[in-house]
Amino acid sequence: MLGLLEFDPSIDFKLLLAVLLIPLIGYVLQIFLRDKLPRGDWILTGGMGIVALITVFLAAKAIAATTAGEEFFHASSDVGMQFGWFYSDLETPAVNVIAGILYDPLGAIMLAVVGVVSFCVHLFSQGYMRGDKRYAIFFANLSLFTFAMLGLVLSDNILFLFIFWEIMGLMSYLLIGHFGHDPSQPFFHRWATWASKKAFLTTRVGDCCLFIGIFMFWDQFQTLSFTGLWEAGRAAVEANGGEFPAWMTTAGLFVFGGTVGKSAQFPLHIWLPDAMAGPTPVSAMIHAATMVAAGVFLLGRMFPLLSPEVLTVVALTGSFTALFAATIGMTAFDLKAVLAWSTVSQLGFMVAAVGLGHVTAGMYHMVTHAFFKGCLFLAAGSVIHGCHHVQDMRLMGGLRRKLPVTYICMLVCTLAIAGFPLFSGFYSKDQILLAGWASVGDIDHFGGTALFALIALPVAAMMTAFYMLRLIFITFHGEYRGNMQEHMYSEMIASEGVEGPDPNEHGPGEHGDDSHATHEPHEDPFRKNSMTQALVILAVMAVPGVAWVVHTWVGGLISIHTLYPSGIADWIGAKVPEGIFDPDSHMAHVAHGRALYLSLFVACTGILGAFYLYVMRRDLPAKITAGLGILYTTCRRRYYIDEIATACVINPCVKLAVILKWIDEKIVDGLVLLVGRVNKLAGFLSAWFDRMFVDGAVNAVAHVSQAFGAAFRLLQTGRIQQYATFAVGGGLLTAAWLILS
Amino acid sequence: MDQKALQRAFYGALAVLTLFAFGAGLVKAGGEGAAFALFAVMTLGGGLVCVWERSIVRSAFALMSTFSGVAGVFVLLESDFLAMAQILIYVGGILALILFAVMLTPPDMEERRLPRVLAALVAVGAGVSWIGWQVAQTAEWLVTSRPLDGTAAEVAGTFGANADRIGVAFLAPDQYVVAFELAAVLLTVALVAAVYIARRKRTDIEPQTGEGVS
Amino acid sequence: MGLGAYVAVSAALFGLGIVTIISRRNIIYILMGIEMILNAANINFVAFNRFGLTEAGSLEGKMFAVFTIILAAAEAAVALAIVLNVFHLFDSIKPSEADLLRE
Repeated sequence: MLGLLEFDPSIDFKLLLAVLLIPLIGYVLQIFLRDKLPRGDWILTGGMGIVALITVFLAAKAIAATTAGEEFFHASSDVGMQFGWFYSDLETPAVNVIAGILYDPLGAIMLAVVGVVSFCVHLFSQGYMRGDKRYAIFFANLSLFTFAMLGLVLSDNILFLFIFWEIMGLMSYLLIGHFGHDPSQPFFHRWATWASKKAFLTTRVGDCCLFIGIFMFWDQFQTLSFTGLWEAGRAAVEANGGEFPAWMTTAGLFVFGGTVGKSAQFPLHIWLPDAMAGPTPVSAMIHAATMVAAGVFLLGRMFPLLSPEVLTVVALTGSFTALFAATIGMTAFDLKAVLAWSTVSQLGFMVAAVGLGHVTAGMYHMVTHAFFKGCLFLAAGSVIHGCHHVQDMRLMGGLRRKLPVTYICMLVCTLAIAGFPLFSGFYSKDQILLAGWASVGDIDHFGGTALFALIALPVAAMMTAFYMLRLIFITFHGEYRGNMQEHMYSEMIASEGVEGPDPNEHGPGEHGDDSHATHEPHEDPFRKNSMTQALVILAVMAVPGVAWVVHTWVGGLISIHTLYPSGIADWIGAKVPEGIFDPDSHMAHVAHGRALYLSLFVACTGILGAFYLYVMRRDLPAKITAGLGILYTTCRRRYYIDEIATACVINPCVKLAVILKWIDEKIVDGLVLLVGRVNKLAGFLSAWFDRMFVDGAVNAVAHVSQAFGAAFRLLQTGRIQQYATFAVGGGLLTAAWLILS
Repeated sequence: MDQKALQRAFYGALAVLTLFAFGAGLVKAGGEGAAFALFAVMTLGGGLVCVWERSIVRSAFALMSTFSGVAGVFVLLESDFLAMAQILIYVGGILALILFAVMLTPPDMEERRLPRVLAALVAVGAGVSWIGWQVAQTAEWLVTSRPLDGTAAEVAGTFGANADRIGVAFLAPDQYVVAFELAAVLLTVALVAAVYIARRKRTDIEPQTGEGVS
Repeated sequence: MGLGAYVAVSAALFGLGIVTIISRRNIIYILMGIEMILNAANINFVAFNRFGLTEAGSLEGKMFAVFTIILAAAEAAVALAIVLNVFHLFDSIKPSEADLLRE
């Protein structure tokens, strides 16, 4: 059996290629055959199932190798499997961009995460999206989304990572805007269109930064492959006497800009909470396996190249985002909004861990987070589906009897995200707090950053435990409040408005299905309900026991010593706190103990707090929020970041556009009009001339002047042919200029 | 001038120019010159008629002369395969397609816009010939003085026939096979796309059951 | 006949194509103009292949011309489909009528 787990380039790279191509081929088939297929989903779901199996198998190989102590880095270009994209020997140095597959511990584990979560999302969508008008297209887009993420994980150079990164941006735009194509649902139509645009444009800011960063590295190192970049980075730092050159700090900050956009860090986090305008499976996909994970993954890949100054910025941004998003999460009432803010907060944890030098903790938290957040979102989808597209938690309550499977899965994952002992999130969050303690111990290196992180992160973790349990208690415990909808609803509108879609508007997923005739929340039987089946697969990963096994395996797979080739791993040791780089040191033991107690303490405090406020003393929350006054309102309005962005960025842009439009209308058009008037005058003159000297010769003159008039009038038609004329004229003028100069 | 006189003048001038070109070619370069003049006049005269004619059907047929003339030019340039491809694809395929389009759209006898056509002719003609003149004056073209590659039989003996060699070049792995396959894919995609774009939408026929049709 | 003569024919045909595109009021004429331009380009390719400093019996220019013809065929098919669609939408095939892009 062990022979099966040995690395074999002749098979493994083909398997990896298959993993990459199956979703793509499925996408093409789906697009062309969507109306011809008996059901729109089996090709893609089946394909994704195969992908999930292969990726898990490949991850098992990587785990087997690293546990045996081998270095596990395989580039397909070593065995000649590569794709020369552009290639030129003529220039010095030779410009060649060659893409291949990089199969390393980080990639292997990420691959398995993407495969499994994506398969579950596909499975879930079969139930959730049933009856949707654009069902087949939805699956196709989902599949291409997965393809982009898989490609991003597998690519061995940063340019291809960027290409897949951009494909992912496009697919997130299409998927968030999925409901934007149905004008018969005015709310969703407006919301989805707006949110998809917002997501696309906001992440674009980060993408521009990343692109600049990539080209700064290219400019200096003339290589784009990760292994090449790491080596070149080490050489550059050594040549500079062990210090990072200043330009690497700048480039690193630009690369981090990409992460800020994609992984929703402050201040570009504003797109993620609105991304829930898309269907819930898409949210699960974006929040768990793809999109936001890509930013953290990029940090993991580029970590050796980030200078200590950049890491300080990274740590500060991450810690601040974690705390900041957690406070907003505590005030949200929309089920999906709570989860969305918790994602922003958890991403802050991951980014902060990377910034503090504990890159493996960040990556490991990304893995566990992918499973439990995927499960949480799918469970939220199941709740929303069961409640007929109500999203406001205040209109739910007492659902644990009506949606038992969903309840159990969601509870497991909530305990995981809250960091409850023995659940999966406990292990990974513990590692991040460990990073905090270890870097405080190494204060020469990390200074005030470590202190800030060590304060912000536990507080954020406590808040996480609090608001996640709050979600569970409000949604699943107590009495069902959905039937009071009518008068509650109007009251709520009067006070502060329902969050999420208007419950009186039927959700886009519903199309008069008979089982929905009653307005009681319900859950279909487990056996034939693909939604709950998907939930269970994901929830199992967070259960104690399984979580421990995963922790042991993944911990062996991605440690600071296996994540990069050995030379690089020794080199980055300078940026990593001693307590983490050397797990046997005294500092490691001290930090470990402290982190353990701290994480136990914050998780239990948060959970007990939520229990006290939302189960024992239900009257208290309202009083507290009233007492907090403006503080509460600020949180609830998301610190007015959206308003600030509108005032500072969007409005000036719109104003600029208005000014340009005015210039265009008044000045440019005025000029055109002037030319027209002059022409008209010329026409009058020539007509007069024509009348005065009517004979053959003059007729010819008149024709010529008419021709000129017509030629000038061509300038003003504003049509295709006019553009063609301009293009030709421009070409002629350019040629003339080239000849004459 | 009325329409008829204009038409007569145009075709008269064209005929005179043709004769002149033919004579000039014959005098300057013998049989090859005459053939070249003939094909050049077919090419350019066809184009000119195409621009000139009011009826689009006549323009389309004038285009046939252009395409055939280009095929002739290819023959003079020792590209027999290309000449056949030109006739098959352009005259037999694209022209037929254009005629289809002409027939499927309503007859649209536009009023002659002589000033417009003349202005464009004069402007573009002046521009192109000026640039051409300048280029001819200044550019140094690296030109062989290689004579004709020989008779057809000799060519076939030395290099293999054109079609043969092109066929091999298409499929040789170190030459054009990737481009060739891509071209095949492109053609397929274009055909599917053309069918997709041009098909009559189902909604137009049965407006009641428009659901699900994009 | 030397290179110059062929290039001159090519240039003239190119000019005629441009004139057709910009002066006629019918989309089909635009297509015809494009075909002329492509043909002009082909003449250039083949002429330079014949007269340029290439080895005897070289194929580069000819192969390029073949691919241009293939491209032209694809282009014609799609463009004519578009013409039919434009006619369907605007009830006219005058390019001046199809000016939605301006909005």
